[in-house]
Amino acid sequence: MAASDFSRLIAAAADTIAAHAEELTALDQAIGDGDHGLNMKRGFEAVRAEIDAFAAKPLPEALKAVGTKLVMTVGGASGPLFGTLFMALGKDLPPEADRAALTAALGKAIEAVAARGKSLPGQKTMLDVLQPVYEALAQGKTGTEIADIADRAADATVPMKALRGRASFLGERSIGHMDAGARSTALLVRAVAGAIEGI
Amino acid sequence: MSNVGIVIVSHSPLVAEGTADMVRQMVGDEVPLAWCGGNGHGGLGTSVEAIMGAIDKAWSEAGVAILVDLGGAETNSEMAVEMIGEPRSHKIIVCNAPIVEGAVMAATESSGGASLKEVVATAHELSPS
Repeated sequence: MAASDFSRLIAAAADTIAAHAEELTALDQAIGDGDHGLNMKRGFEAVRAEIDAFAAKPLPEALKAVGTKLVMTVGGASGPLFGTLFMALGKDLPPEADRAALTAALGKAIEAVAARGKSLPGQKTMLDVLQPVYEALAQGKTGTEIADIADRAADATVPMKALRGRASFLGERSIGHMDAGARSTALLVRAVAGAIEGI
Repeated sequence: MSNVGIVIVSHSPLVAEGTADMVRQMVGDEVPLAWCGGNGHGGLGTSVEAIMGAIDKAWSEAGVAILVDLGGAETNSEMAVEMIGEPRSHKIIVCNAPIVEGAVMAATESSGGASLKEVVATAHELSPS
């Protein structure tokens, strides 16, 4: 991937997080501690500030740098979780990734996020979006289809009962609200899904 | 110092500092102790960078036990341990215990020269299994 393409994707990710920060915070206020939007925005703005330096690296190192920056700047559990997603992708992606390599790397990254959060799909977390995205990627779906699948997967967290994170303290009362981490994951997937068409 | 170090990680700097005060009252300066709290931007939360700094400050060759409050503090502490890496990371343990009681009990155990394993076990006894 060219450095300019990487910069563009990361900028698109930062843009969508910034544009939806209030919505993410509102989702998190309903069943969490209400800092998700602001935390994610701060993290992605910190990444954006160094994007040229990151993009100059080979893709695996660039992704690791993005993940590390998120870990250091987000300031909530989302930092390690989203940071681990990027760091693990960087660890397993070859510099010139095709779809098969991307699919395999995402599978490993999902395992890393699950281990970091001690969580599994079905527990009302970001994994509930990542897992269907992985499956769609493996099935050869287009970028647009994958983005739509991610949105529907985030919507599908609404009736779930939270079993991990602050929302789990609410038990049954977590039902009826979308998980903020699932929503931000779907936003990130849509921001970068267009790049799938190119590989 | 050869006693096990204690690190307190809370979402709130007030909780972390207050817990550290209670630990000091029990063990004085016999135990390496550090605390951190807040997201580094004036809000509630925890910071991996601050946790790594606290681990450095409380470092002991006998190891470091970390006491945390809520989930994000645990996740960020585990991330900090991983980023510190080997060989030190295998001498750092994030305890599953209530933060205030765990810190005071763990520090008291440490002040008697107990091993990291014994210090952590003392803290864990406070959590229903």
